[in-house]
Amino acid sequence: MEEQIQAKYAIGIDLGTTHCVLSYTDLQTEDDTPEQQVFAIPQLVAAGQVEAREALPSFAFFPHEAQFDHQQLPLPWSQSHNLIGSFARDLGAKTPDRVISSAKSWLCHGEIDRRGAILPLEAPEDVSKRSPYEISRFFLEHLKNAWDNQYPEAPIAQQQLVITVPASFDPAARELTVDAARDAGLHQATLLEEPQAALYSWIAQSGEQWREQVNVGDVILVVDIGGGTTDLSLIAVTEEDGSLQLNRVAVGDHILLGGDNMDITLAHVVAQKLAQQGQRLQPWQISGLAHACRHAKETLLAENDTQSVPLVVPSRGSSLMGGSLRAELTREEVNNVLIDGFFPQVDVHAQVQRRARAALSTVSLPYEQDPAITRHLASFLTKQKFATQNLQGTEQPHDANFLHPTAILFNGGVAKAGNVIARITDTVNQWLANDNASPIKSLEGIDVDQAVAKGASYYAQVRIGNGVRIRGGTAAAYYVGIESAMPAIPGLAPPMEALCLAPFGMEEGTQAQLPAQTFALTVGEPVRFKFYESKVRRDDVSGVRLDYWQDEELSELPEIEVTLHSEHHQAGQTVNVQLQAAINELGTLVLNAIEQGGSGNWHVQFETRAH
Amino acid sequence: MEQNFSFFTRLSMAIKMIFSGSYTQELFINMAPKVEEPEEVEQPEIALQENSTDSAMQLLAVLQKEGRLIDFINEDINAFADEQVAAAARVVHQGVKKSLSEHVTFQPVASVTEGDAVSLAADYDRNAYRLSGNISGSAPYNGTLIHKGWKVESLSLPAVAEGTDLSVVAPAEVEL
Repeated sequence: MEEQIQAKYAIGIDLGTTHCVLSYTDLQTEDDTPEQQVFAIPQLVAAGQVEAREALPSFAFFPHEAQFDHQQLPLPWSQSHNLIGSFARDLGAKTPDRVISSAKSWLCHGEIDRRGAILPLEAPEDVSKRSPYEISRFFLEHLKNAWDNQYPEAPIAQQQLVITVPASFDPAARELTVDAARDAGLHQATLLEEPQAALYSWIAQSGEQWREQVNVGDVILVVDIGGGTTDLSLIAVTEEDGSLQLNRVAVGDHILLGGDNMDITLAHVVAQKLAQQGQRLQPWQISGLAHACRHAKETLLAENDTQSVPLVVPSRGSSLMGGSLRAELTREEVNNVLIDGFFPQVDVHAQVQRRARAALSTVSLPYEQDPAITRHLASFLTKQKFATQNLQGTEQPHDANFLHPTAILFNGGVAKAGNVIARITDTVNQWLANDNASPIKSLEGIDVDQAVAKGASYYAQVRIGNGVRIRGGTAAAYYVGIESAMPAIPGLAPPMEALCLAPFGMEEGTQAQLPAQTFALTVGEPVRFKFYESKVRRDDVSGVRLDYWQDEELSELPEIEVTLHSEHHQAGQTVNVQLQAAINELGTLVLNAIEQGGSGNWHVQFETRAH
Repeated sequence: MEQNFSFFTRLSMAIKMIFSGSYTQELFINMAPKVEEPEEVEQPEIALQENSTDSAMQLLAVLQKEGRLIDFINEDINAFADEQVAAAARVVHQGVKKSLSEHVTFQPVASVTEGDAVSLAADYDRNAYRLSGNISGSAPYNGTLIHKGWKVESLSLPAVAEGTDLSVVAPAEVEL
C-alpha cells in the first residue's frame, strides 16, 4: 500500500519539453480550497548571477573548461552541478552543439537507446554525452535541490508529489520518467497525464462552478499545443451516486508538433522574402528572426486590428542602429502560413499525410511530417468514434462519423492565440454541423503557462483529500506478439498473433488476470517479445488472442525483454512462465514473468535500446 | 528654536563627529545609569550615505542584455536615418520592457487622473509629492496633478557570486 507520509504540501511538477514549472498547495492551511502557488526556481541567469524564476527552461549546457571560472557558475545549494535553465538556454542559442534541448521528446523516441548517452547529438569531443533519461533526472534534481534549499523543514521527498507526462507517452517513457524521479531522490512521485492536469487546473480555478458548466453526457476535448508537442485527450462526464464523474476515455498519438515549429516556419517565410530582395541571412540571423517572429506572432494571431508588425533582428555587434536587420510580418502572411498551414479547415475524414522517410536519415527526432494539427485532430476523433460506448449517458448517434465532443479546453502556449483557438473551434463545429450535432462549448480561464503544474498540484492534494478525480486507467490495451503455429512457408515470416496482457482502462494498483498462455523460456537467455498497444480495442480482456486486426487498431511499440536468472534453476533449463501485467501505485505498467507451478517471478523490461 | 544648518555645515559636522569620537562617548553614556537632564530640542544629525553601485551596475547589465540600452545610447543617433533609429528603438523598447517587467513593478504615486484636482494635508508625504508653481499659504494645499509619479513596488535583482566583477555590464563576445 501507499506509504503514509506526513506531507505539508501537495506538489505538482510540469516536466515540460521547453519549460519546467513547480506548483505547490499548502495542506495545513485552514482554507477549504487552498490555492495552487507557483514556486520560483533559483537558476543561473548570467555568469555569477542567480535568480529565482517561475519557469526553469528545460535546457542543459555543457561548457568547455575554458569558458567559465568555477566560481562563475554557483547555485545556492551547490558548487558543482549541471548548468540548467535560463543561462543554459541563452548559451545554447549561440553554441548549439553543447546544449541539450527537448530531451523529453527523445525520451519517447522508440528508435533510439533512451538510456544511451547520445545527446547532444553533435557534441564536441570534450563533452561527455548524456542520455535522455539522465537529462530528465538533472531537471528533477535541480527542482528537488531548489525546493529543499528553500524549505529545509519540509523536504520534497516527504511531500505529496505528482509529475506530469504527455498522455501519449508509451509505457517505457513513463517508466523512464519514474526512474529519473527515483534516482533524483523522489521515490514517491506519481504520474499524471498533462491534458488531465490542464482539466484539473480548470476545475480548481472554477471552484464549485465547474459542475454548472459541464453536465452528464458531455465529452470534453482537451487540446494541448505546447512548444514542441501536441497532446489530445477526451474526457467524458457521467453520473455516479448522484454526483458528476469524469472519465478519461481516449488519448491521442505522440505528435511532435508545436509552437516552435510555427516560429521557425515564419522565420523561413521572412528569410525568403528578404532573399528575394537580395539579402542572404546567416544562421544566427535566422534564429534571431524566429525569436522576433514569436513576439510578432502573438500580436498578429490575437483578435485585433494590427495588420503588420515590424521585425528587427538586432546586430550581434554593438552598433544597434547600423547593424540590425529589418523586416516585416503581415497578418496575411501569418494567416496563410500558420492558420492555413497548421490549422487548415479539413474534412473530418481527412487522413494524416505520411510519406516514406528517406532511408539514410540521420538520427533525429521523429518530427511530424504532416503539420496540419486539424488533420491530426480529425483522425483522432474518427479513430475514437466508439470511445464512450461503455459509458452510461454519453451515447453517440448511430450515424455519427466521429466522436462528438461537446466541450473544448485549450492549453499550451499556442492557446494564447485567439485566431488559432477560433480556427480549431470553427473546424470542429463544421464537423459537428455536418453530423447534425450542436456546436461545442468552450471551457475557459486557465493560465496556459502554469495550468499543468497547478493541475498536478491540485491532483496531488485530491489524492489524499477530497475533490473530484478523473478516472481513466491505462488509455490502451497491451499485447505481446506470438508466432502462429503453422507449417513453415519459404520466404514468408510466420504470421503474428497478439495475446492481450493488459486490458484497456486498468486502474493504478490493480493486476490483470493471468493469461492461460504459457511460454517455455530458457534460463539465462534473454528472450524478446514483440509488444503492441491499442488505443481503440476496449473490450479485449487479458488472455484474448487476436489472429487478425486492422492496421490502425494495433501499433507496435519497442520490444520487451525478459531474462530468467535464478538460483533455483540451472542455466539452459527450460521454465514455463505466464506473463502478467499490473499497474503499480505510481501509475506505470509493470510486466512480470511468473513461473507456472513454481515460485519464480521475473521482471519484464521495456526495451529502451535501439534494435 | 529651529536650527537651520546648510548642507555643507551638516556634512562637516557629521564628519567631525565621527573623528572626534563623539559616537563612542555616546555609547558610554548610554551604558551608564541614566541621569535625568533637562531636554534640549535638537534636530537629529543627518548622515549621508554613499550607495553601493553594485545593484546599479547589475540593473545596467539587465537593461543591456535584452534591451541593448547601452549600445543604443552610445551610438551616434545623427548618423542614421529615422527608419534605422526606429528599428533599433523597437529592440530597446521590447527588450527593456521585458527585462524591467521581470525585475521591477511600478505603481503611480497618485491615483487620480493627471489634470484632476489634488488636495494635500499638512502632513503630506514630502518624499512622494513635490509642490511646484505658486506655493504659498497653509494646508490643505490645493492644486492640479501634473504628473502622477512612479513608485517602485518591488525590485529584485539576481544574487551575485562573490568576486563577480559587476562593472562588466556586457562581456565582449568572441566567436570561435
